[in-house]
Amino acid sequence: MLSKCKAAVRAPQRAVQCVRQTPIAISSIPHRASLAPYHLGHRHTSSLPPRSPELTTLTPKHIAQLRTLLPHPSSVISTLDDSAAPDDLIPFNRDWMGKYEGRSGVVVRPISTEEVSKVIKWCAENGVGVVPQGGNTGLVGGSTPIHDELILSLSSLTRIRSFDPLSGILIAESGLILEQIDTFLSKQSPSFIFPLDLGAKGSCQIGGNVATNAGGLRLLRYGSLRGSVLGLEVVLPDGKIWDGLSGLRKDNTGYDLKQLFIGSEGSIGIITAISILCPRRPTTHNVALFSLPSYEACLSVFAETKTHLGEILSAFEMFDRTSYEAVKKHGGARRVFEEGNEGEFYCLVETGGSNAEHDSEKLTRLFESLISSSSILDGVLAQDTTQSASLWQIRELCPESLSKAGKAYKYDLSVPVEKMYSLVEKMRERLRDVGMLRDDGSGKVKSVAGFGHMGDGNLHLNVVATEFSDEVQSAIEPFVYELVAQNNGSISAEHGLGSMKAPYISYSQSSTSIELMRRIKKMFDPKGIMNPYKFIT
Amino acid sequence: MRPTLPRLVNILVPVKRSIDYAVKIRVASDGKGVDTTVKHSMNPFDEIAVEEAIRQREKNGKLVKSITALSIGPPKAVDTIRTALAMGADAGIHITVPESSVVEPIAVANAIKKIIDRSEGENKFDLVILGKQAIDDDSGSTGGMLAGLLGWGQGTFASKVAIADGGKVEVTREIDGGLEIVEGKLPLIVTTDLRLNEPRYASLPNIMKAKKKKIETLKPEDLGLDFTPRFETISVSEPAKRQGGGKVESVDELVAKLKDAGVL
Repeated sequence: MLSKCKAAVRAPQRAVQCVRQTPIAISSIPHRASLAPYHLGHRHTSSLPPRSPELTTLTPKHIAQLRTLLPHPSSVISTLDDSAAPDDLIPFNRDWMGKYEGRSGVVVRPISTEEVSKVIKWCAENGVGVVPQGGNTGLVGGSTPIHDELILSLSSLTRIRSFDPLSGILIAESGLILEQIDTFLSKQSPSFIFPLDLGAKGSCQIGGNVATNAGGLRLLRYGSLRGSVLGLEVVLPDGKIWDGLSGLRKDNTGYDLKQLFIGSEGSIGIITAISILCPRRPTTHNVALFSLPSYEACLSVFAETKTHLGEILSAFEMFDRTSYEAVKKHGGARRVFEEGNEGEFYCLVETGGSNAEHDSEKLTRLFESLISSSSILDGVLAQDTTQSASLWQIRELCPESLSKAGKAYKYDLSVPVEKMYSLVEKMRERLRDVGMLRDDGSGKVKSVAGFGHMGDGNLHLNVVATEFSDEVQSAIEPFVYELVAQNNGSISAEHGLGSMKAPYISYSQSSTSIELMRRIKKMFDPKGIMNPYKFIT
Repeated sequence: MRPTLPRLVNILVPVKRSIDYAVKIRVASDGKGVDTTVKHSMNPFDEIAVEEAIRQREKNGKLVKSITALSIGPPKAVDTIRTALAMGADAGIHITVPESSVVEPIAVANAIKKIIDRSEGENKFDLVILGKQAIDDDSGSTGGMLAGLLGWGQGTFASKVAIADGGKVEVTREIDGGLEIVEGKLPLIVTTDLRLNEPRYASLPNIMKAKKKKIETLKPEDLGLDFTPRFETISVSEPAKRQGGGKVESVDELVAKLKDAGVL
């Protein structure tokens, strides 16, 4: 229907806006000039860990051996045997933000778990460092090489092995794109949902999601992947395949080994398939956006919302005025509230239920209560799916719009919810004190913004600077990590450690914990070939 | 003819409850229609019509006396009327029909005419703003039929509407290669196009207020209307499925495939 297509121009769907550049198709890199050259990135070569002499430097002879292991012609792409130009490897060597870049000469793309096993066995025998890579949408430099490590892309492992519509248990391979698998589940009858959703869904891969224990937008409702993942298939650092693809919800026999691999960021093995419990997709949805005068008001609205909505509450997201202004300016979002009703804070509430009348009754009671307590300045309720998508888009465009407003330093912090926003305020104070944040906008820092998953006590702190520089970075770090430690928080709520936060783990973990982690790493990967220089170092 | 302005304008906005525009349409199992057990919302073009009526009042408060939303549909169409009321319409009229009954454009136009004919005095409707088409049946004929039945002028596919003193209305229409500006006099029919405006969100205080606004419920018989369809739907089918593409691994393979296909 033509009219439907036309209407789409007015309000593009939420998913479309979130697609990040995927590294799979080499041709998807639009133009070289649009990618930041390495020397402009805020990681400087001086701060990189030195290349380990223990790891082998690859030669054309090695590439020839890899080709015999993986007979498929496009499974090995290398600059070492001139089968690829250096440009061809850029999408694998560089992260999507243009912030991290390695100089690997080879990408291998196995098409089965057995092939992954063969490659890893060969790497172990030859002492070759390996970086596993999914959609390369991470934010902490965990999926790109530091030096010349071999890149093992999981993009070709894309089979759905089984789905049981009675239990909702899905067994699927790592390289499947999150949005694809969610679409597959939504088309089942009855319709199911993947218990994870995040902005990068159009290019991130489920194996990478599990390997980094991604959090995202549905965590409030469905819990973390640590609860929904039932089992894993993992290629261990010696090449052995561990088949832990359990389909059991309950299994109290020994250590829960899969938990070690969830969030391990490729440091002790490569996840090749996952078994995950998928809930039924809610059939009714509502999205409301509130404008609020203060963070205290956000807290009281959060409490009231939980009271009134109970089990149908599926998301409670927050963003501040600075983020909202950035979205209006750089993300093209239109004004939701009249000017006089625009507050310092905004909260997005989503419900998902199975009975529209029931949901509507609960929402009505919540609205009555919010209006009578005057804790909100204004609020809107989406009247159709298009409006729901437009409201979600404002929240989802926060990270991207702040990146467009300047050079954004991004921190993903976890603190008790009542202290969440104080981190933003303290950061502003600090940057004002050192003269970087000025009221007239002439400072090296343009703005400090906060948004995040309020339901999970997860703040995304963004410091928007005019340039990435050592000076700005040292004004923020380690101050921000100290601040988090003082509040008993975590320096990485959902983004992981990667190479960015590996040096700061001690702000969130005790020396005993770190020592235990080192021992686990050593036991699984005695040769230190798995995703080296990152995570636990 | 009724006396011309100065007199306050009463706007009637017919709104249709249709399948939400973001929902993927599936053919019903009997092959005679589409699956209607999915989310419904106000037809997007009607949403634009409601927004336009409210904007006219905001722009020119002295001119507009009332905005009434009218819907012909099953019991749940009352939600669509409530949406219009939450956006800013003053009152609603609901002509109820049984679930899944088909009301053809001519029947809709006749019903709107009845509602206009029965209004009188200072409450007489003199401006009807409605969507240029509904996204479910894409008929796009109600506006034109209504103008014909009433003998009123019409400004169709409006991308801009300006009401001046004296009852003159200027309607800008998007046509191939440019804009056409037509001028008419009240009473008038205006059908809305996509770029006329961007409908507002319904605010919570207004949603709560809308619950208290009056909706008059009528049956077709009350107005002496007969909605029996004149047409019978013989079959509804999906478009032919697109053949999926394939990936080739090398230039040689591509050349071979092109040769097979007889292209090279």
